[in-house]
Parts: sequence; C-alpha cells; structure tokens
Amino acid sequence: MTTASATTLGTDEIDRRFAAVLARSRRQIFWPVGLALGVLVYLVYAWIAFDMTSLVQQSRFDRAAILALDSFAYKVHVTEDLRDAGAPLEISIEGARQGGFREDPDWVVRTETGAAVDLGDGYRAVIEGRTLTLTGPGLDGPVEARVLEDGTVEATGSRPDWVKVNDRRFEARPTLFQRVRITRTRIELHRYFVGWENFWFDYDSPYHGMGLMQAWAYAGSQPQIEEGISNRALIFSNFWTNKEWQHGDVFKALLETILMALLGTLVASIVGLPLAFLAARNFNPVMASRMAVRRVFDFLRGIDMLVWSLIFIRAFGLGPLTGIMAIAFTDTGTLGKLFSEAIENIDGKQVDGVKSTGASPVQRYRFGVIPQILPIFVAQSLYYLESNTRSATIIGALGAGGIGLKLVETLRTGVDWENTFYIILLTIAVVIAMDIFSGWLRRKLITDA
Amino acid sequence: MTATSPGDHAPRMIDQIDQEFGKAERKRRLYTALFIAATLFVMVGGFGIAEDMNSGSFIGGLHKFFDYPANIVAESFEAGWGWYPLLLHFAPALIETVNMAAVGTILGGVLALVLAFCSTRGLGVWPPLIPICRRFMDGARAFPELILALFLIFVLGASPVPAIIAVAFHTAGALGKQFSEVNENIDRGPLDGLAAAGANWTQRMRYGVLPQVLPNYTSYLLMRFEINIRASAILGFVGAGGIGQELRKAIGWTQGAETSALFVLLFLAIVAIDQISSTLRRRLTGDGVGHV
Repeated sequence: MTTASATTLGTDEIDRRFAAVLARSRRQIFWPVGLALGVLVYLVYAWIAFDMTSLVQQSRFDRAAILALDSFAYKVHVTEDLRDAGAPLEISIEGARQGGFREDPDWVVRTETGAAVDLGDGYRAVIEGRTLTLTGPGLDGPVEARVLEDGTVEATGSRPDWVKVNDRRFEARPTLFQRVRITRTRIELHRYFVGWENFWFDYDSPYHGMGLMQAWAYAGSQPQIEEGISNRALIFSNFWTNKEWQHGDVFKALLETILMALLGTLVASIVGLPLAFLAARNFNPVMASRMAVRRVFDFLRGIDMLVWSLIFIRAFGLGPLTGIMAIAFTDTGTLGKLFSEAIENIDGKQVDGVKSTGASPVQRYRFGVIPQILPIFVAQSLYYLESNTRSATIIGALGAGGIGLKLVETLRTGVDWENTFYIILLTIAVVIAMDIFSGWLRRKLITDA
Repeated sequence: MTATSPGDHAPRMIDQIDQEFGKAERKRRLYTALFIAATLFVMVGGFGIAEDMNSGSFIGGLHKFFDYPANIVAESFEAGWGWYPLLLHFAPALIETVNMAAVGTILGGVLALVLAFCSTRGLGVWPPLIPICRRFMDGARAFPELILALFLIFVLGASPVPAIIAVAFHTAGALGKQFSEVNENIDRGPLDGLAAAGANWTQRMRYGVLPQVLPNYTSYLLMRFEINIRASAILGFVGAGGIGQELRKAIGWTQGAETSALFVLLFLAIVAIDQISSTLRRRLTGDGVGHV
C-alpha cells in the first residue's frame, strides 16, 4: 500500500481501517449469488414448464443407437420363408428386393434343410427347417427357437437377457452387429457391416460392388460396356446417377444452397450500401428521409428471414431464387444498418483534406469516404456470407429448396439414415469451406487494400 | 520500393517514384476491374442458374409477390375486432419460444464460459486443452442448429427440448469464440498483481479477469439471446413447439387472420427485444459490438 510500516496489521485493524471498502465488497457478493439463484429458479420453472420428467421417460434412446449404427453400417438380411418350404434362402442388402448378391457371401453356407450362418463376433446361427440354433461367446449352451406347426414361437435352451420371446415373436440381439428375428412366417438374420453400401455404384451399374479405383482398372481392361459411351465416362455417369445416393441431385442441391447464400449476400450488400448513405446523419441532412430509410431497415430485419422466405415461396415457388430474395431482403436491413453506422463514424478530416485540393463531390466520396468504409463493407459482407450459408440450409429446409430440403426429405423417410448422415457431412463441409474461404478473402482484401 | 542513395539527383528520384506509383496504380486498377468483373459474372451467371433451377420464374412470380401478403391483410380485416383476441390467444406460444431461447442461451452460455476459459492462453489452463476446446467450438458453430434439432426430435419426440439442446449447442460454440476473444484482449496487469499478492487461481480469475470481461460478456450474451429467439421460432417450424409451430399450422391451413396475428406478435417480440438489448448493451460497453 502507500507506506511501508514496520508493524503488521491485525485482522481487526484491517476491518476497522478499510470498513467502507470491505462493506462494499460484501455487498457486491449478493449480486452474483442473487443472479445465480434467479437463474436456478428459472431453470427449475423451465424444467416443469417443458415437462422434462415425462420427456425423459418417453424418449427413445434405442432409436439413437440404431440411427448411429445405421449411419456408418449396413446390414445384410438372410431370410428363410416358412410359408413356402420350397423357397430358397434369400440373402440381400438391407432387405431390398433388388439387393441380391451375384453369389453367396462366404459367411453363409446353404444346407439341405436350411443354412449355417456366421453372424460375426463368434455368433453362429444354424437354420434347420423351422428351428434355429444360436451359439456364441458367453452362452452356457445354445439358444434354440422354433416355430411350431400351429404358428406359435417357442424358445428353449439358455436364455440370456438379450433374448426377448413371446408366443408370436422371438427377438435376439447379442450385440448391435447381429440380430435374429423369428415370426410365424419367417426366420430373419441380420448381420451388420461397417461402411456405406453401394456408395459408388448402384445395382443397375455394371460396376456394382466395386470401389472407384477398382472400377477404373476394370474399365481399362474391358471392351466397351455400353454403346455410345466410353467406359471411363460410364463410371462417372453411373456414379452421378446412383439411385440410392443421388450424388448428382445432392450436388445440385448443394450448389443451390451456395448460390442462395452468395447471391443473397451480394445483392444485400450492393443494395444496402447506397441506402446506408441515405440513413447516415452526416450524408443526409433531411431528418424525415433518414428516419424513413432507417425504419425500412428495421422492417426488413424485423420481419425475419423465415417469414420472408414463406412469402417468397408463394410468389416464386421452390428454388434458389426464393432463398436469394429472402436472404437479400433480411440482410439489406442488417447490412444497411451496419454500413450506415460505419459511415457515421468516418473521420471527417480525410474528407476535408480531399476537399481542400479542390476535389469535386464525386472525388470527395471516392477518395475521402470510400477508402474509410471499404474494409468494414468487405468484412461485414463476408461475415454475413458465412452465416448465410447456414441460414440458407435452414430456410431451405423450411421449403426454399437446396440441401436443407434434401436433408429433411431423407430424414422424413427415416429409412436410409446413412443418406441423411452423408448429407449432414456434406453440409457441414460446405459451411466450414465457406468459413475458411471468406476468412481467407477477408484477410487478403483488407490487408492488401 | 527501390533503394535510393542520398547522392541521387532529385529529378530522377521523382521520375522513379512516378513510375513505381503508376505501376502500382495500374495493378490496383486491374485488380479492381477484375473484382468487379468477377462480381458481375457471379451475379449474372448465378441469377441465370437460379432462374433455371427455380420452379417458378422471377418475372412470372413478381406480380404474385403481393398476393399472399394482400390475402393475409384482407382476411385479417375481415376478422374485424375478433383479430385482437388472437394476439392474446397466441401469447403462450410466444412465451414458450422466448423460454426456449432463454434456457438455450443460459445453458449454452455456461458451456461457452467454460470453453472460453479453456481455450485462452495464459490463464493457467492445461495447455493441450486449448486446441481441443477451440476445435470443439469451431465444430459447434459450423453445425447448423436445424440438423441437430431434427435429429433430436427424431430421438426425443416433438417437444421444445430438442430445440433447446440444439440452440444451446450452437450458442456454446458461437459465444465461446466471442468470450475467448474478449479473454485474449484483457489487460494482464491485474493478473500479475494478484499473483504477486499470492492469490490462487480462483481468486485471480474472480478479481483479475471477471471484472474486465463481464460487461462484454453480458453484451454478447444479450445479442445471442436475440439471435436465439429467431432460431427458436424457426425450429418450432420443424416440430419443436412455440410460435413457429403455430405459424406452420396457420400457414398450412391458410388462416390469414391467425397468420397475421402471429407475424405481428413475432415482429413485435423481435423488435422489443432488439431495442431492450441494444439499450442495455450500449450502457454496458459504451458502443455496439461486432458480429460473428
């Protein structure tokens, strides 16, 4: 403190001397404590208002596990039809009718009366007529299940907790990667494999089942597979028109979303700039017109992008144009406001300096004003370009089109979660790429200017 | 610039400068022209593509632009005095949306606070944690809220909670980045002083950092709250409840009066919160803050 005294102060002495300071600091403690208590009370209220307790009970976390698994794995069904004793064993990817194999995979061995199937992780299933025997690690003995002649399902042998059985149904899921399901009409075995099935080529393609490199090599070694198109071009066209993954459509949707963000922001900043001059105190001395422009900005901003996109969907229909207009309208308001604030804050001396050299009004704007606001103009426009890439996804999902709509479509059908996952990954990649691109451009333009 | 020795003749120097300047000027002009050309190209080309991709055309849709708002206004006038009670009728939905945004902002804000402290150098945090927290925040920011909300609605069922979690997650990333930028810019003096007086880590943070960062934190938090109200309204549209869901119903069933009541309510709420928070922010920090 101020003087170095030889005596040390006792606690009482400190209390007495700095009573005012200490009292204030004690009073200050109540503030954060009170605030924290208030927030806590509010959260409790929210917990009750949103009925969290029943939500926790109702939520389907099993769904999450299955979705998560489905996003990076696919399953192969092995199905024995019990209604038709003569029918051969069916093996198909995801149970799709056309998802057959050209030849049996090596983990399925057909026998006279059924099949022996290796389900992976040490689990094996043997189908004999109407009986299934399941063996695997951690079991004291085999699990046996059969469908009796009258159609009831019964299980004997060991009964681990992952087996669920009643009269009409037998269900076993030793791990997430195997599943056995028996009903009156069929025995169904699922084995999961990590990967995205048919990602490159669908069933109709001559390259089906190959990777990209493999197909390239195959194309080189084969005579022309399809007339009128070279083998290598066929690779691309088959990939592009893949019916399951729809790479072409997804790419088009991505392009739409990027277009929305890019053009929307561009239009907003180009329209916003001249309007911003009208809204700035130092350039528009007429109060009434200034206020009018500002209210227009507030109106455009306040209506919200969501509502604008709904109005434009009615007018222009689905597509990027709708998204562009919605983004342009909202952000003309936002950017106009930001630009007008920047214009009001410019340094007048620079304009005076240019004026003193006998510059015309146009030159005064060009050399006195523009250089001062250009960095802000560029920086803000690019920031908004970044956030509008995200917004374009969102208004797209509400109906404007683009990758957002594609995402909602795949999510609604809820069958091919891996497609959804693929689109999510692409969307995030685009958002991050936009982020990096605009950051790079910003640094480049502003440091060079 | 070329180096010139003091012995050079003045006229030559001016010539040289003139030449250099001309070169730089020409280069600059070229870049400007290129930039403008590129912008024009993107505009014209982009609008061409957009027009092609769109299901309705621009010119064809232009006259329809006012149809929908006109319809809504007409139907609202038809409703007459019955329109005003609608505002009251939908007030609970608005409150739910505001609550969603508030809870999301609070939870996200707490997470952001932790992340911000963990991603700032020089605050005595375990160093390997810094890049991990930064990458996490980048990811949380880039992830569109809508996707997370849709996924959570699938798992948790249609209720406001998925929206809250989605909003909180995005908020943690966005606010965390702003918070950590504030942290980076603090004056280290008080920290050194406290360390010299023997203060422990908590005390250093409490008395050295918090007083410096709190005004900016609050300001950013309010701004995020504002953004989150819009986000919550939008998420309601995909089934998360609140005013968005009511709006979707009203639009889907083409109930003009209800739609306009909801628009007005949403507009008023956004403007009111905009005004309140910008007044508060100005008082806290003296001027506006940037945008992320």
